[in-house]
Amino acid sequence: MRKNWKQITLLSAACAVCISVFATSAESADWGQYQVGDTRSGFTYMTDESRAMQVDSFQNPGMIWVEQGAELWAEENGKAGKSCASCHGDGAESMKGVAASYPVYDKEAGTLQSVETQINYCLEKRMEAKPYKWESTEMLSMTAFVNNQSLGMPVNVKIDGDAAPWYEKGKSFYYERRGQLDMACKHCHEDNPGGIIRANTLSQGQVNGFPTYRLKWQKVGSVHRRFRGCNSQVRADNFPYGADEYLALELYVKSRGMGLPIEAPAVRN
Amino acid sequence: MAKNVKPRVRVPKKAAKGEVIEIKTLISHNMESGRRKGKDGKLIPRSIINKMDVTFNGKTVFTADWHPAISANPYMSFFAKVEESGEFAFKWTDDDGSVYEKTATITVA
Repeated sequence: MRKNWKQITLLSAACAVCISVFATSAESADWGQYQVGDTRSGFTYMTDESRAMQVDSFQNPGMIWVEQGAELWAEENGKAGKSCASCHGDGAESMKGVAASYPVYDKEAGTLQSVETQINYCLEKRMEAKPYKWESTEMLSMTAFVNNQSLGMPVNVKIDGDAAPWYEKGKSFYYERRGQLDMACKHCHEDNPGGIIRANTLSQGQVNGFPTYRLKWQKVGSVHRRFRGCNSQVRADNFPYGADEYLALELYVKSRGMGLPIEAPAVRN
Repeated sequence: MAKNVKPRVRVPKKAAKGEVIEIKTLISHNMESGRRKGKDGKLIPRSIINKMDVTFNGKTVFTADWHPAISANPYMSFFAKVEESGEFAFKWTDDDGSVYEKTATITVA
């Protein structure tokens, strides 16, 4: 028993050394708009190749979903015979800034709305259509399209007023240990960004690039998919897509990236 | 047949005679490797694009055989020297025999 414990502490000490070695490697670079004070976008932790892939809108595979979203935008759907364009007109104009300010508290719905829940709210209430499944191609295409319209705009979410209780809830989730590994979001993303976690580089866990084309996923994925993945990795029970816990967390995490540019669809590994 | 397959190409509209130009292509395809298992534990059948051919005015300028390790939504770029105006024809061949095509013209001054 005792011996095992010793080995474990040795191992973790070795790990800590690894992390610090890697963490110091790319410290002094100038990241331009991708860094605001100490806040760094996940963009700055990627390889040059992945970054080149993201900034070239032709090479960025996430743009496939943006294009599909643009088609869905104009498509009539539901009993009301409306499309998104019937109310919102040209998405390229009307959706500017949405990604930068969401999630927002919606008085009418009485809840915090992320882009996904807002889309489904419109689908059900205004278009009398079937809501999209959270991680479906339709939903990912629509969020990619909507969020892409805010490309380069600084994240600016509202965390006071009605959103304050959500913000607080998200914040406590972020610092709360969970799962068999007994880890909070903070232990990776606040204490060790730039370090190596298995074969991956830890970032600050900013969400300004979602929906993100993740090379590992070979497709775009939502913030909540990322949250669920993280929760599973610390061997915690994860929450369903669109759960209040994740909505609150999304708001809090987004607020940590105030001023970072919206990068949707970002490319991450 | 694979769903949502849409080829995209980017070829400069104009070039000088003898200029070396970069041609970019991207095709949306899920490139199922045939190695993954579904929720039922059974292998998901392989479904990939296995060949890409590019011709310029009918003459082959670029060709590639693709195998299961090629990622989804494959991006391919290459360089070509253009001596005359003409048309690039791109062709991707799927495992199931479907062929996806796209063309782009270039004017050489």
